[in-house]
Amino acid sequence: MIKTDALIIGAGPTGLFTAHQLNIIGLKCEIVDNLDKIGGQCIELYPDKPIYDIPAVPECTGEELTNNLINQLKPFDIKFHLNERVDEVKNEKGYWHVKTNNGTVFYTPNVIIAGGVGSFEPRKFTPKECEQYEGKSIFYSIKDKNIFKDKTVSIFGGGDSALDWAVELSANSKVNLIHRRDEFRGAQSTLNKVYELEKEGRINLFTKYQLKNPRGNGKLDSIDIQNENKEIKNLKTDYVLGFFGLIMQLGPIANWGLNLNKKTIEVDTEKFETNQKGIYAVGDICSYPGKLKLILSGFHEGALAARACFKLARPDEKYRFEFTTSSSSILKRLGKKSD
Amino acid sequence: MPKITYVENNGKSHTVEIDKGLTVMEGAIQNNIPGIDGDCGGSMACATCHVYVKEEWYDKINEKSEGEDDMLDQAFEPNKFSRLSCQISVTDEIDGLIVDLPKKQ
Repeated sequence: MIKTDALIIGAGPTGLFTAHQLNIIGLKCEIVDNLDKIGGQCIELYPDKPIYDIPAVPECTGEELTNNLINQLKPFDIKFHLNERVDEVKNEKGYWHVKTNNGTVFYTPNVIIAGGVGSFEPRKFTPKECEQYEGKSIFYSIKDKNIFKDKTVSIFGGGDSALDWAVELSANSKVNLIHRRDEFRGAQSTLNKVYELEKEGRINLFTKYQLKNPRGNGKLDSIDIQNENKEIKNLKTDYVLGFFGLIMQLGPIANWGLNLNKKTIEVDTEKFETNQKGIYAVGDICSYPGKLKLILSGFHEGALAARACFKLARPDEKYRFEFTTSSSSILKRLGKKSD
Repeated sequence: MPKITYVENNGKSHTVEIDKGLTVMEGAIQNNIPGIDGDCGGSMACATCHVYVKEEWYDKINEKSEGEDDMLDQAFEPNKFSRLSCQISVTDEIDGLIVDLPKKQ
């Protein structure tokens, strides 16, 4: 069990700057994120897109912003728990017990939700019948590629993940690659390789087709695919892989007893606290009258939530407002010499 | 102001007036039309404002943006009339536009 002053859920820009604000005032924190990297939407959705409304930064990309925020955290010792999703939260005598899907347990008086529009989850196949095969014959990510050896694998999608896996698995498996149109968006070099392997008969390509129906009796044995003209083909297959990118879902947070407004969490504008004492929401996921979904608003919200955390983390001390330019204790925390 | 009609998957129809210059996605969000999320705020990064444009309107709206089809690959049940509503600008020319909303985003 990890004991900390505050747990931040979400390693996007708001979560990162909130961590900075907590450490500046002398509080320790840990950060959990469902993605495998730091940066949230900035890294997952628009790493190369320029942002023009960060104060004092005329122009920077999502990736540059993330790197700058990570650099700003260098003086502090902050533990990141990536690839983990927070599943359960319960209160015991004023402390929150927070459990992730990997079994990590945090024990903290403060939980700050900086979850953007929720956690990123893979987009799934449309037909409801697919659910019974998920995790057995239908996958949205690959953990152990050895299970596909000498089997038939049908891969759906038109991006890099679909193309890369088609090429890789074709070495030891029979591969069907199915995509809803005849243009692919993956790297041209990989695409060339796919066409080459198709000529050699190592990959069967089906374009303008989508999954219509999985077939099998408890165990998947074939799939029906359909094109725009409603023509159906049946493909024998052992496994099905879907690579349709990620979608953002509020996920388990929806069951924490917080007041929700559509996909956002209602907070006050003094502490950015939810209806649960010690649980805060900052950034795109919070809502209050006048809320703007801007990164700069998330920074402000995080700064105020951090001050509210102080009271619960250090009940016997009094918080004193200080500037980074003049406070010797802040400079010490930053590892700088004071004059 | 141009009128746009959004038809939910259950058949419920909403006709609203939308300021010129906004997008069809923004019009839906501002009018609380259920079924369009617009999670990324219109930066063409999420495919949660997917709509099916009525066939007779499809050729009358502005053409797809570069990369829009790549994003539509990730939408729920796309077809040949699929568009991202954040990429359709509201003008006088599309007064009367009808879009159908998918089962989910």
